[in-house]
Amino acid sequence: MKEFNAFIKKEFYHIFRDTRTLMILILLPIILIMLFSFAISVEIRNVNIGILAPTNDNSINQLAHKIETSEYFNITHWLNSPNEINDLMRANEVDLVLAFGDHFDQRMLSADGAQLGIVIDGSNPNNASMEMMYLMGLLQSYFSEKASVLPSSAGSLTTNVRMLYNPQSRSAYNFAPGIMGLILILICALMTSVSIVREKEMGTMEVLLISPVKPIHIILAKMIPYLIISCFVLGIILTLSFTVLGIPMLGTLHWIILVSLVYILLALSIGLFVSNMVDSQLVATLICAVVFMMPILLLSGMLFPIESMPRFFQVVSNIIPARWYISAIKKLMIQGVEFQFVLKEFTILCGMTLLLITASLKKFKEFI
Amino acid sequence: MNVIEVRNLVKKFGDFTAVNNISFDVRKGEIFGFLGANGAGKTTAMRMLCGLSTPTAGEGRVAGYDIWTEAELIKRNIGYMSQRFSLYNDLSVIDNIKFFAGIYGVDKTTMQRRSNELLTRLNLEKERNLMVESLPQGWKQKLAFSIAIFHNPQIVFLDEPTGGVDPETRRQFWEMIYEAANQGITIFVTTHYMDEAEYCNRVSMMVDGRIEALDSPAMLKSRYNASSMSDVFDIIARGETNL
Repeated sequence: MKEFNAFIKKEFYHIFRDTRTLMILILLPIILIMLFSFAISVEIRNVNIGILAPTNDNSINQLAHKIETSEYFNITHWLNSPNEINDLMRANEVDLVLAFGDHFDQRMLSADGAQLGIVIDGSNPNNASMEMMYLMGLLQSYFSEKASVLPSSAGSLTTNVRMLYNPQSRSAYNFAPGIMGLILILICALMTSVSIVREKEMGTMEVLLISPVKPIHIILAKMIPYLIISCFVLGIILTLSFTVLGIPMLGTLHWIILVSLVYILLALSIGLFVSNMVDSQLVATLICAVVFMMPILLLSGMLFPIESMPRFFQVVSNIIPARWYISAIKKLMIQGVEFQFVLKEFTILCGMTLLLITASLKKFKEFI
Repeated sequence: MNVIEVRNLVKKFGDFTAVNNISFDVRKGEIFGFLGANGAGKTTAMRMLCGLSTPTAGEGRVAGYDIWTEAELIKRNIGYMSQRFSLYNDLSVIDNIKFFAGIYGVDKTTMQRRSNELLTRLNLEKERNLMVESLPQGWKQKLAFSIAIFHNPQIVFLDEPTGGVDPETRRQFWEMIYEAANQGITIFVTTHYMDEAEYCNRVSMMVDGRIEALDSPAMLKSRYNASSMSDVFDIIARGETNL
């Protein structure tokens, strides 16, 4: 046990001597959370709208005013002909064009109804559908106001679109679990594998293996410091989520922590697995970055919803641990569901952890 | 008394026989040179003696323990220093000493006493809190050797310990080796500097997995009618290739 303590102490020395890396590990989640929640936003803001109106009708002006005063839209152009739409959109001058039909005012109150065309720049489908949703909400509220003053309620709209769990569509809500999934992999998998591979690269691993220290203790001593750091970072992210981001603490905290611990273990065993396969720090870093980080960013549902991915990537996303972790944390943290609703994710994560630990320990024995 | 006894040791990797039926003894307090060209099987043989890998066949006892069944006990009783650097560059001198003393289970008071002695002997008291990185190569090597024998092992294995060091530092290093041998620590050293082979009490020459010659440098030189160990080595290695 004394031998083991000496070992852990040494690992902490390594980490604390390398203050730069340590600062990155601790500051990175803070910066990412701030960045994702305030700067990089997938929320709809400042959507430029062009209006194409053949006649200067009263209701068009009212509607335009309503749109202009909303926080999401700006009316930037009044168009004279439909031919202008294409050019303006290509030049990125407008994101959306409202094309009113002839005699909008009169026809709106007539039996035939008025005509309104909406043209959206669909080059970013996620944004486009969001813009559409927001705009429809605006239009509906306008027409229901109009309809309410009519003597006969001929055709009032009754569609009611509502967003659950994230009523303001705050993207930060979605990013916090994603960042947790990313950072924990970064610390546990990347740092652990690099620190083990470094010993191989420097030749000190040989010295360690010849010493009386048990190989399993070498591995544990490598993992424990990063386990502690990840728990610390987890604490930071959770605190930031609940305070700065204002995510309501709906889910019970201990379940969030339990799921995170399993995920941390999983990430540690990924690190161990990688370190057994490669002999250089560079390769270890590359594998962790390309094989683990990129899929987490792109396929875990952190940035792009899994449902809107091509079928192939949907299948691939199943083997990405972060996908299940992020899904579980979203449910627990934002929807505030009971633990039984994340049982599937939890089981999958536990299974993956067991599999990886077994595989990497087996690999490690071969390596000795 | 023999601290290493090896009989008919064989190590095969698939069809390749890295160590082919070698037998030898190393006496207590001896400086035993283990020579051979790259790929002759030196490292493989040494790994088996250190308990790092199990032989394909044969018997061996190191420090009185069986290499098949008592590898853990062997590890406690040997020291090791390799050609590749065996200290941590980002740890201070004293932290390196503490760490290696720690993993060999040296208790705290002994550790303190010996580390002070060590620092005095190496003239490193002022540098005790300096990162190993900033020490000159020669000092690093001396420190690495002192740490390898810190826990008072019966045998210390040195795998090309003087690689990449200037002759003056090598000479100083060998003085340390003699000092350790005088204290009763057996030295098992591989090297490819043939002048260093002259410093050994006995040397073995390994060619293609077999020990071709084993004797004191003086005896080897007279048997092969050579003026230096370098010539002896040439004759043995050439003789093998001509067969």
